[in-house]
Amino acid sequence: MTPALEVRGLGVRRGRTLVLEDVTLQVFPGEVVGVIGANGSGKTTLLRAALGLQALATGEAFLAGRPVAALSDPERACLAGYLPQERRVSWNLPAWRIAALGAVGRPPAAAHADALGALAALGVAGLAERGVLDMSGGERAKVLLARLIATGAPLLVADEPAAGLDPDAQLMVMETLRARARAGAAVIASLHDLTLAARACDRLAVLAGGRLVIVAAPTEALAPPHLAAAFGLDGALVASPAGPILAARRRIASNLPPSPSWGGAAAGRGGAV
Amino acid sequence: MRLTLILLGALFLALALAVAFGETAVTAAQYVRALTDPGSPPGEILWAIRAPRAVAAALVGAALGLAGAVMQGLLRNPLADPGVLGVSGLAGLGAATAIAGGLAAIPGAIEGSALAGALIAGSLVAALAARLREPEALILFGVALSAMGGALTALVFNLSPSPVTTAEMWSWLMGSVANRDWSDIAAALVPCALGATLCAFAAGGLRMLTLGEETAALSGLAMGRLRVAAVAGTALLAGASVAVAGVIGFVGLAAPHLVRGSVSDDPARTLAPSALAGAILLVAADLAARLIPTDEELKLGVVTALFGAPLFALIAWRASRSWRA
Repeated sequence: MTPALEVRGLGVRRGRTLVLEDVTLQVFPGEVVGVIGANGSGKTTLLRAALGLQALATGEAFLAGRPVAALSDPERACLAGYLPQERRVSWNLPAWRIAALGAVGRPPAAAHADALGALAALGVAGLAERGVLDMSGGERAKVLLARLIATGAPLLVADEPAAGLDPDAQLMVMETLRARARAGAAVIASLHDLTLAARACDRLAVLAGGRLVIVAAPTEALAPPHLAAAFGLDGALVASPAGPILAARRRIASNLPPSPSWGGAAAGRGGAV
Repeated sequence: MRLTLILLGALFLALALAVAFGETAVTAAQYVRALTDPGSPPGEILWAIRAPRAVAAALVGAALGLAGAVMQGLLRNPLADPGVLGVSGLAGLGAATAIAGGLAAIPGAIEGSALAGALIAGSLVAALAARLREPEALILFGVALSAMGGALTALVFNLSPSPVTTAEMWSWLMGSVANRDWSDIAAALVPCALGATLCAFAAGGLRMLTLGEETAALSGLAMGRLRVAAVAGTALLAGASVAVAGVIGFVGLAAPHLVRGSVSDDPARTLAPSALAGAILLVAADLAARLIPTDEELKLGVVTALFGAPLFALIAWRASRSWRA
């Protein structure tokens, strides 16, 4: 199977420092891959570089097997939809018009229907006529995500789609992305909430200092040594009826080994999200 | 659509008033004569003096209103306008330079050099807009560009060869549609039509830019091409309007704000109503300039600036509140 997104040996330079170094990753149709890492670890840079929005120092990026640098704008848009971290909206357009921007090539009636469908999928159908600047930040975030869903692209790239949302909305957003994956899309999303990442993602890519620490299923990716290396956390995944929960505390001295009490306590991914 | 029709009606009303009223009082019998015999003296006043002047005001107002709406959409900034961002200023500099250089006798020289100034400023603004994320920064750059244009224009004045040339440049830069004839309007129609076509082509891209550069880049629209069309279109419109009427500020700023609420803030649907609103504003301002009894007739650019500057302050006040939120 051709990966919907592939990066090989990716390196990105900002000034003189390498902010991303030798990252190799594939995202396949039908799976949700989470990108996690501390602030400044290169999550956003990785997503942007994979989409060709960032000049590469080394390596290559492919969408559906085609080099991203060789794609025209319309071709690229057919292969990938992108939700940037930046959520500034300049004008107070009604929510449905924002969502319809995802369906830009379609006839107006179809775009309108697709927009309303995407808003309904995110539980904000009632806000369709409301101006986006008259909404709360969380409501606006859902409308922007609805635009991403409305693209119907085979690859969805979402930069912190759950940031700033209430707990239920976080779960709903990830469930919406999972539904897209079940329908055959490939999804890659950067996340800060590790419990959410563990429950909602099939695989996690852990970044630390611009390097990929591990790409694996959540139980393995969030094992104590990786938590210590990537986040400076002393913790582990703990099983709960609703799914795994990340329990952790700060490590005071960074060279401390992970505390033995977490040994083997890693829980499997379970429960509905 | 309804808004467009209402504005169109208002524009025709404004044009009719502008043809009917002026410094010379016309009696009812003379109106009838003017309508039946365009060659008669009252007919001359209405059709050869007032009508081209009113149509020139409408054309320039429409060009500025449209250019303002496109710039606000392109730069995602409610304070953008050809005047604020220095496009009109550089076009004025181009015109002043052509006059000072003795090129006024060559047909199209002043117009061409105004257009060139507008294109240079437009390209500079667009190049910077792609790099600056903060809307405030762009306005500051516009202020700098305007100041630079002002300084260079002052230099041209300083080096002006004769008082006659100086007076001619002054009259240009203050902005006016007095004594324009149909051939002036015909000459401006070509760049205006071209500019309007380019702007209409860019409309969808403007709406997409609501979500920022990165989303637009992956939206499937050929944003590079749309951006070039928008910049070239606004520069043509601003340059052509400076070529017809000199520097007239604030119409491009005000017109989009008058109609924005009626089209739910949509940058694409603001365009046509903004052009019409700009035309109405300028026809009305020119009528005011003619009717306000002063010894020297008020210059159109002076009238729009007097009303426009406080409006700019008001819009800036409201915009700065939304940026903080």
